[in-house]
Amino acid sequence: MATTDPGVPVLSMARDEGAPLDPPRQYEGFRREAPITRVSLGQDAPTAWLVTRWEDARAVLANPEVSTDLTRPGYPARTPMTMPPGFFLFQDDPVHDLFRKVLTREFMVKRIEALRAPTARIFDGLMDEMIAQGPVTDFVEAVALPLPSLVISELLGVPYADHAFFQEHSKVLIDTTVTGEQKATAQAALGDYLETLVQQRRKEPRDDLITRLGEQVDAGTFSARDAADVGAFLLFAGHETTANMIGLGVLALLDHPDQLSRLYAGQAELATAIEELLRYLTIAQSGLARVATEDFSVGDTTIRAGDGLIIMLNSANRDETVFSATADDLDLTRSNARQHIAFGYGIHQCLGQPLARMELQVVLPEVFRRMPELRVADGHEVVYKSHAAAYGPAFLPVSW
Amino acid sequence: MQVEVDVPKCVASGQCVLIAPDVFDQRDEDGIVVLLDDSPPVEQYAAVRESALVCPAAAITVSER
Repeated sequence: MATTDPGVPVLSMARDEGAPLDPPRQYEGFRREAPITRVSLGQDAPTAWLVTRWEDARAVLANPEVSTDLTRPGYPARTPMTMPPGFFLFQDDPVHDLFRKVLTREFMVKRIEALRAPTARIFDGLMDEMIAQGPVTDFVEAVALPLPSLVISELLGVPYADHAFFQEHSKVLIDTTVTGEQKATAQAALGDYLETLVQQRRKEPRDDLITRLGEQVDAGTFSARDAADVGAFLLFAGHETTANMIGLGVLALLDHPDQLSRLYAGQAELATAIEELLRYLTIAQSGLARVATEDFSVGDTTIRAGDGLIIMLNSANRDETVFSATADDLDLTRSNARQHIAFGYGIHQCLGQPLARMELQVVLPEVFRRMPELRVADGHEVVYKSHAAAYGPAFLPVSW
Repeated sequence: MQVEVDVPKCVASGQCVLIAPDVFDQRDEDGIVVLLDDSPPVEQYAAVRESALVCPAAAITVSER
C-alpha cells in the first residue's frame, strides 16, 4: 500500500474560505459520487479508503475485521508510530478489552453525575479569574483548556497541590509551538509523576481512579507503568478534545444567537442542544484510522485484508440521508442529533463521552449566562488548528 | 415491545441510560447494561428504539409485534 499512485487524490482537511465551522465542502461530493474512495495521505504517503457516509462509517467501525493497531502493516498513517499498551484505543481485543473493562465503571453515567457540581465549581473559579483579569482574554487559555484538565485531575485523584504541575505539563503536550523534545520531556515527567502516584495509592488507598488502577497492579492485571500510561491516556483523550468542543461551541453559539435560549429551556432540551453541537462541530477532523484484517464488503466496495481505512466522522455527521437537507445547519432542536458519531462507533467508541457531555452541559449555558455580551474581541481574529487531528480554536480572543 | 440486551457485547457507553433511564441502567461494579424493563410502556418506545439505534455495540434488540 505504500506506493503513490498519481491518479489517487491527496486527502485534504483544508476548510473552505469563510466556513471555519464546516468540514471541507469536497466531502459532500465524495458522499454523493464516491462514498468509499481511494485517497493518498500525502506525497509519498500510503493510500487508504476514505469512508464518508454515515451508514458506511458505522458499518466499518462496528466490523470486527478492522483493527486499530497502528503497528499493523497497512495502518494508514503518514509516519509510523507506536503507543504504549495503556493507550488502549490503539489496541485490539483482548488487550483493549482488558484496559477498557477496568475503566468502564469510572465513566458510568451516575459516577459522572457526581462530578457535575465539582465541575461547575472549577468552571466558576476559572470564570471569576478571567472576569477579574478583564478583556481582552484568550478564552482557550483562560477557561477551555484548564477546565477539562482540572476535571480529569479530580477524576484521577491528583492532589490539589499538584494540579499546577499536572496542568503545566499537560499544556506542553498539546502545544503546537514547542519542540518534540520539550513534548517528550513533559510526557516523561507526567508518566513518572503518575507512576509515583500509583505506587503511593497502592500503599495508602483512597476513593479515586488512580487507587483503583493500583488495585489492578496488585491483582497482576497490568504493571504500574501501564497504570500510569492509562492515566496519561485519559488526560490525552479528554483534555484538548473537550477544550476544542468548548471553544467551538462558544463560536457556534455566537454565530446563532437566535438559538441560545435552547440552552435554558430544560435539561432534555439542553442535552439535545449539546448533541447537535457535537454533531455539527465533530472535532476529530482527521477521521479515524483503521486497517482491515480480513477481506470484507462495505456497500458495493470490497476491502482487502491489509487495506487502510480513514473513516471521516465530520462528513458522516453531515450526511444528508440521515440528517436531512438541513444537515449543514446548526439546529439545536434537531430530533435525531443523537445519531451522530462524533465519539466514533463500535467497541472503541469514546469511553469518556458521559464526561464530555456533562462538561459541555455545565459550561456552555453558564458562559453566556455570566457573559451575555460575550463576543470575539474587536480587531482580533480567532486562530484555528487547521492541521491538528482534533479541530478547534488555538486562540479565541474575547471581550464581554 | 420486547427488549433484549446482549450483555457480553455491551461496551458501557452509557447512551441508553441517558436516553431511556426508565428502561436501562448500568451495573455499579462495571457500568455494563442492566435491563430494567423488558416490555416497556408505549411512551418509552421512541426512546428505546433510539437507544437500540445508537448503541455502539449493537447490544440492544427490539422486537415489536
